[in-house]
Order: sequence, then structure tokens, then C-alpha cells
Amino acid sequence: MSNETFSSIDAAPLTAVEKSAAARLGAAFVNRLVIIVPYVWLLFFFLIPFIIVFKISLSQTAIAIPPYAPVLGFGDGVAGFIGQLKQLGLDNYVWLTQDPLYFYAYVSSVVIAAISTVLTLLVGYPVAYGMARAPASLRPTLLMLVILPFWTSFLIRVYAWIGILKPEGLLNQFLLGIGVIHEPLIILNTYTAIFIGIVYSYLPFMVLPLYSALEKMDYSLIEAAKDLGCPPTAAFWKITFPLSLPGVIAGCLLVFIPAVGEFVIPDLLGGSQTLMIGKTLWNEFFSNRDWPVSSAVAVILLLLLIVPIVLFQQAQARAQEQGR
Amino acid sequence: MASLGSIRRDFEPWNDPNAKPYIRFENVTKRFGDFTAVNNLSLTVFEKEFFALLGASGCGKSTLLRMLAGFEEPTEGRILLDGQDLRGIPPYRRPVNMMFQSYALFPHMTVEKNIAFGLKQDGMPKPEIEARVAEMLKLVKLEQFARRKPHQLSGGQRQRVALARSVAKRPKVLLLDEPLGALDKKLREETQFELMDLQQNLGLTFVVVTHDQEEAMTMADRIAILDKGEVMQVATPTEVYEAPSSRFVAGFVGNVNMFEGKVAASDATTARITGASGAEIVVNNVGDAIAGANVAFAIRPEKIKVSSKKPAGALNMLEGEVYDIAYLGDMTVYHVKLDDGQVVRASAMNAARVTEDPLTWNDRAWVSFLPDAGIVLTR
Amino acid sequence: MNTTWSRFNITSIVLGFAFLYLPIVLLVVFSFNASKLVTVWGGFSTKWYVSLFHNQGLMDAAWVTIRVGLVSATVATVLGTLGALALTRYTRFRGRVLFSGMIFAPLVMPDVITGLSLLLLFVAIGLDRGLLTVMLAHITFTMCFVAVVVQSRLITLDRSLEEAAMDLGAPPVKTFFQVTLPVIMPAIVSGWMLAFTLSLDDLVVASFASGPGATTLPMKIYSQVRLGVTPEINAACTLLIAIVALGVLTASVVNKRREVQRRRDEQAAQRG
Repeated sequence: MSNETFSSIDAAPLTAVEKSAAARLGAAFVNRLVIIVPYVWLLFFFLIPFIIVFKISLSQTAIAIPPYAPVLGFGDGVAGFIGQLKQLGLDNYVWLTQDPLYFYAYVSSVVIAAISTVLTLLVGYPVAYGMARAPASLRPTLLMLVILPFWTSFLIRVYAWIGILKPEGLLNQFLLGIGVIHEPLIILNTYTAIFIGIVYSYLPFMVLPLYSALEKMDYSLIEAAKDLGCPPTAAFWKITFPLSLPGVIAGCLLVFIPAVGEFVIPDLLGGSQTLMIGKTLWNEFFSNRDWPVSSAVAVILLLLLIVPIVLFQQAQARAQEQGR
Repeated sequence: MASLGSIRRDFEPWNDPNAKPYIRFENVTKRFGDFTAVNNLSLTVFEKEFFALLGASGCGKSTLLRMLAGFEEPTEGRILLDGQDLRGIPPYRRPVNMMFQSYALFPHMTVEKNIAFGLKQDGMPKPEIEARVAEMLKLVKLEQFARRKPHQLSGGQRQRVALARSVAKRPKVLLLDEPLGALDKKLREETQFELMDLQQNLGLTFVVVTHDQEEAMTMADRIAILDKGEVMQVATPTEVYEAPSSRFVAGFVGNVNMFEGKVAASDATTARITGASGAEIVVNNVGDAIAGANVAFAIRPEKIKVSSKKPAGALNMLEGEVYDIAYLGDMTVYHVKLDDGQVVRASAMNAARVTEDPLTWNDRAWVSFLPDAGIVLTR
Repeated sequence: MNTTWSRFNITSIVLGFAFLYLPIVLLVVFSFNASKLVTVWGGFSTKWYVSLFHNQGLMDAAWVTIRVGLVSATVATVLGTLGALALTRYTRFRGRVLFSGMIFAPLVMPDVITGLSLLLLFVAIGLDRGLLTVMLAHITFTMCFVAVVVQSRLITLDRSLEEAAMDLGAPPVKTFFQVTLPVIMPAIVSGWMLAFTLSLDDLVVASFASGPGATTLPMKIYSQVRLGVTPEINAACTLLIAIVALGVLTASVVNKRREVQRRRDEQAAQRG
């Protein structure tokens, strides 16, 4: 074999340009498909529903199925359709602004979410930092331990806190038992319980991006700083924290945005005295059966969150670019 | 008969007027947005040539390779293979195969399956595939590693698998992207010769991209030196080294001394060059040097002799002081600072164990060289 | 990274994990509580596990949840992988910004908004709410999580693997199935598991999108929580936790063993 010439007859013949063109067209079709399938799905199931929500927010409630009017359709011809459009109005929005309850709910939701985010950061940062500084062999295990609660039901874990926080619950039993307090603390059905609930449930969402950012940090930067005479606390604020900022931002957005519209935690732990917009929306929809008002509430909530959501998307896009 | 350099090459299709070009880059330009990677480049490679594209990072050599493989299309110009325009033909339909710098072995497949991959794509019958794979394994001496997966192999073994995989389909042209970059020095030397043998035995055309001069000089029949997307010179290693066409090429490969000056007088065979300080050297004239032109005389360190006594009868003698010495064992490199300030680098093989006249730092010394020891450069 | 684990670090980790796991531990412990009360220990008993299996409502809900989870996770994985491919492989197509936005927004969108909007869609197109609508809803929001997981793997994938495959004669589709897919499979599996968990866990979206006969386990648990609970719930939760923990542990043990074997292979190869 050694002296056999590898002639051009052996190799795959160069195909004519036509065959290549057909191949390219086939490839182009597949390319399109890869983009189109998820695109259309999301367009239909994610984006269009928002438009529908907006439309319903402009409608009136009705005792009918579906429980709103008008129901847009061309049943009565184009003229009928235009007549339906004329029935739409901003009444629901006006009504929302007139009732201070809603305004208060929005404000309290944002405030609670903000406070909870800060608390989660305060709890999560030391944990993430400790994980990042752990021996390399231990880190995967720690990571798994952080993620494990996430795999167990969120509802269940929030429910467990009821048993802990209620007046005859385990926390009070413990504190009374060791004599720190003499009367049970009222935590359940207060805003405090909501804070605890949010911090607890969203902790992994804060720890993971923080850990990811801190783990990538080159510790020799801190050593260099120490070598140049910088005390540890100053080194943290001047070097570690700024370098972990992308993780901080990602974590905060991952907690804040969903927390604003959170339902389960205020419902189970917050009680009737606490007001959060997620609960309000739920009640409007399921208890009052007022779809148009719920829709209006949802639209305003969405508008409130647009800015943070866009910030989040930009942060993701930036992270994507850097990852390349 | 006197010939340039120390070896003779019998394979010289570029000097044969009847030889047809095998690979042709015709006025190829490649732009990425504002950046021009390859600028109106034309190049010819002949069949069964071992051709090297040599240059620093960013010179466009990898881009050329990728255009030949089909991963990029030229913005302008065309590429022809055996007379056929490759435009529009995707990489999976070109009779060209590539060996990647990172080897790109499929981690989830065994060595056998890796090598068989390309053959499977062509729809080769199973028994033939098995026979060809066995052949390839024998070629790269990896028969007992057939069932292993890439992570179970050492770096050198992975390289062989990558090589076997890329020649399994008997492509017309094999492209190699920095094939020896990841190997240690000793392995690199062995593999250089193995690649050359392989190319000879299989009769393939190789196009190698490298930034390592030694690699290019050792393996290639011809080298194309690239800078900023343009070809600086295409020539045999000997020509590149002993007859560079420009200051750039002279300085790119190996070490060189440049004597800048004006041509004081010239005739058919020799020229006299006067330097800024007035020192005069007599050199062979290849025709470029006309009186009054600013030229450089490029001469390699090993062609310059250093002595403590003034050499008798030499045409070119310059005096100076031994500024620095690097003793490398097999040779000694002297840096001699001439009286006019220029530092000359001269090297001498230590062909004898015992010397009559050893030099030391700060000694007065003479450097001398023959008129044909270097080349006159006008660019 | 240097491993000077200070006392502060260890304390914060221990406290953090204690905080994270305490409720879970309590939940498990009280599932064995003989007494009905959730907070008073009345002795050890497994009776709640027994009565759990006789609780038809809970069992039905569990079955619904599993079916929804399996189907929606699988479809979401396919769609999410396509989405990830679209984002990483095609850097310029019309509407890319919108597409990217639609992939990332559901990650943070409050459940109530997602749930409400999907319900209104189903009503508008006249689709009866039930098992199908829950699945559609779950697919929609979990596919984005899959996309993010797969995308981060695709970004780090060595492009030269795909180029080598194409260079050897495999057209793009074959390259994807024979080379790309096997290599990114761990990320796809992670994505599937993530989608499955999110589906299993979801209360709000399911409440909006579901219909008669398609009550999911979280919905059932939630309704019981509001009415008043028996430790049956604890038992159900403990079982869930046990299954998940078992799954995660097995996965990590298998992974670890594979890693050790791999390292051994590499060292053997180095020695020649």
C-alpha cells in the first residue's frame, strides 16, 4: 500500500454546484425550523396571551361564559366587530386608581420584595462566599446541598414554616423552652413571616449566581492586596465585592422580580393582614371572579416590572457575550 | 556547480513550465466587517507538495486554511482545486480534509469509530470501512488502541488518531492547522519526520499552517510567508533563508544582520555599499542594486567570521569590540559592537574542542565576510 | 482558588445550610408523629403513610402530576434545546432580540401573570381546560429554563468538533445528531430534570391553567393546607423528598464514579 498513489479517482467526486445548492437549501430549511419552532411556540403561548390580557383588561365583567364582555368575534360582521371594540375602555384602570387598596398593594409588594431581596443577599452572600472558599473537593457536594431543597416541593417547604412560626409552633416552643421569651412571638400572619418565607424560598436563586461569580474570582488578587498593606475588610469591599457584582445583580433580579408578584408565601404565611399584589390578583380572579379587573391588575404589575425585566435580560445577554 | 544552500531538492514542480497548479488562490480577499484578514492574495500549490503557510498570529494563514476547507467563503476572488471553483461547495462536500489544532476527536466515540466516521458518511460498506480503519491504525501504529476513547490516550496518541482520521478518506488535499503545537519538543521532532514520510508515502498534498519557523523549514517543500493578509514571499526553505526577498522576510526567519547604506558603485557582478559612517563593503550584485539606491545587505550570523587579529586579504573587514558572548555549547554567539555603533551578531560552530584564539568580553575584534555571504535587499 | 477556610466561612455555611434544611427535617420528623397535631409530638407511628395510600384524592393528584411532569418536561426539553441552538448558533436573524427576550423573561415572570395570561388564551381560543392545558402551560414556562441550561453548555462547546464532523463529510443535521447531541447530553438531561421539578412544584400556573379532573398534587396539597392538615401531607412530602434525594444522590454517585474512572484512564494514558 505504501507506494500506491492516492489518485483523485478514489476521493469523493467534486459534486456539481447544483447538488451543492440543493444541499444548501435543505440545510437552510432545517436552520429555519430550529428557529421557527420555539419562536412560534413562545409567540403564541407567551407573547400573545399578554395581548389578550390587555384586551380583557379593557373589557367589563359579565355573568356569562366567558365572564367578560365583549367577546371579540366576527359573528356580527365587521360592523359588529367595530361595535365590540367600542365597548372596550379604560374603566377598570380608572377603578383601580380610585381604590387605594390596589395602590397600597403595589407599593407594599415592591417594598416587601425589595427588603426581602436585601435580606436574601445578606444571608446568601456569606453562604456563597464560604462555598467558593471551600476546598475544591467539597464544592460539588456543597453545590448539590444547596440545590437539593430546590428539587423538593416549594409549596411543602413554605407549608413547613407554618408549623414553625405559628404561636404554638416549634420556634416559640423552643424559645419559651429555653427561657428567652415569656410569651409566644406572633410571627405567623405578619410581614415578618413573609420576609422569612421569601428569603427561605429564594435563597438558592441568590446563592447560585453569587457562588458562580465568586468561584471564578482569582484569589491571588486578594493576596496581592494584602501584600500591599490592605486590611481584610477593606480588601473585601474594594476587590471581592466589586468583582462579584455581576453575580449580585443577577441574584437580586432573580429574587426581586418574582417576589413582587409572589402568591403562595403571602397567602400561607402572611395572613389576611398583609397585602401583596399577587394575592390581590388571585382573589380578584378566583374569589371575585372579576377577570377584567384581574387582567388590569396584571397589566399594571407587568408595567411595573418591565424595567427590572429588561435589566435582567440585558445582564443575561452580557453574560452570554462574555461566555463566548 | 555552485547552488544555493546545502541540500539539493529534486521535487520542484514550480520550476516546471508544464506542471499544472493543483490549488490556486486567485485574488482572494476576506473581510470580517471592517477587518481585512486576507488582502488580494494569490497563491499556487502543486500536487504532492508539502506546503507551509508561515506567519505570526493575525497574518491570515488560518483564514486561508479555513477558506480552503470550506468553513469561510472568500469575500472576493476564488479558490480552485484541480481546476474546479470551490465557491458554494460546503465543507462536507469537498475532497479536502483537515487536521485540527485541538485534534477535535469525538469524545464519545472510540478511536475506531473516530477514524471510521468520515467513511460512514460516504456510505462505504461495513467490511471496507473495517479494512480501511485497520490500515489507518497500522499507519499510525495505534493498532492496540482501537477500542479506547480519546480521554484514555496521551497527547501524542490523540494526535495520531486525528491524523489517521483525516487521511482515512484519502482526500486530495490534507490541511493541517498547527499540527505540532501541543506536543513537547522531543515528540515534535519525531513527528515532523513522520509527517514528512507519511506525505511522501501516501502521495498527498499537504498544506500546513504554522507560526513555528523551524517546523516550516524542516517539513515544507515550499513556504509562503504571510504578513497582515498578504504574501511576502513564496519559496523553498533554502531560498527563504539564504535569499529573502525583503527586509521583512529576512528578519522573520532566523537571525539576520542588516547593513544599511547607499550603493556607491555597481557593475554586473559586484556592488560597493557605503554605510552612514563611511564604512564600505563589497557585495555580490544580483541586479537590483543600482548606483545611488538605498539598500540593505542582509547577512546571517553564521556567515560572519569573528577574529581577534585582522584577517589577511578579506574584502570586507570591520573592527569593533566584543560586546556580549552567548556560549551555547554547540556554537558560540558573539555580539560585536562595531566602531560606528552597529551591533553585529556572529555565530560560530564549535567544530573543534580546542581553540587557538579564544575571545572574551570587551576584546577588540574583527568581523569579516565574503561578498556572496549575504544578499542585497531593496525592499 | 486558595482554600483557607476561615471560621467565619464555616460558620456561615453551617448556619446557612441549617436554615435551609431545618424545615425539611421537621417535616420528615413529624410525618412519623402519632398525634394528628403538627406541632406536638405524640409518639412514633407510620400510620400516616398507610392512610396516604388510601387517600384517593391525593393519589389521583399525584398521578396527574407525574403524567403532566413527564410529558411537559420532555416536550419542554426538545423546544428548549431548539431555542438554545437558535440563540447560540444563529447570531443574526430577524426578531432575535424579541426571541431572546421571550426566552429570558419567563425566568423571572411572576407565576400569577404567566398563569392568568395562559388561562385567558385558552378561553379565547376555546380550549377546554384540563390535562392538556396544564401541560401546555408547563411546557411554555419550563422550556425557557431548559434553554438557559443548554445554552450555557453550547457556548462552551468546542466548535471544532462540529467543524471536524462536517469536514469529514457529515452535513449539519447529521453533525448535530451524531456529534453535538451526544456531547451536550448531560446538559440536556439536567434541563429535563429542571423542567420536571418545576412542573412538579408548580401551584399557581397549574391553578389557573388546569380544569376538572386535572388536579395536580400541589393544587391538592394547597387546598388541604387551607382546610386544615393531617400529617398525611407530611408523609406525602417526605416521600417526595426521599424520591428526589435518592435520585440526586444516585446521580451524583454515578457521576463521581465516572469522574474517578475517567481520571484513572487519563493518568494511565499519560504513563503510556
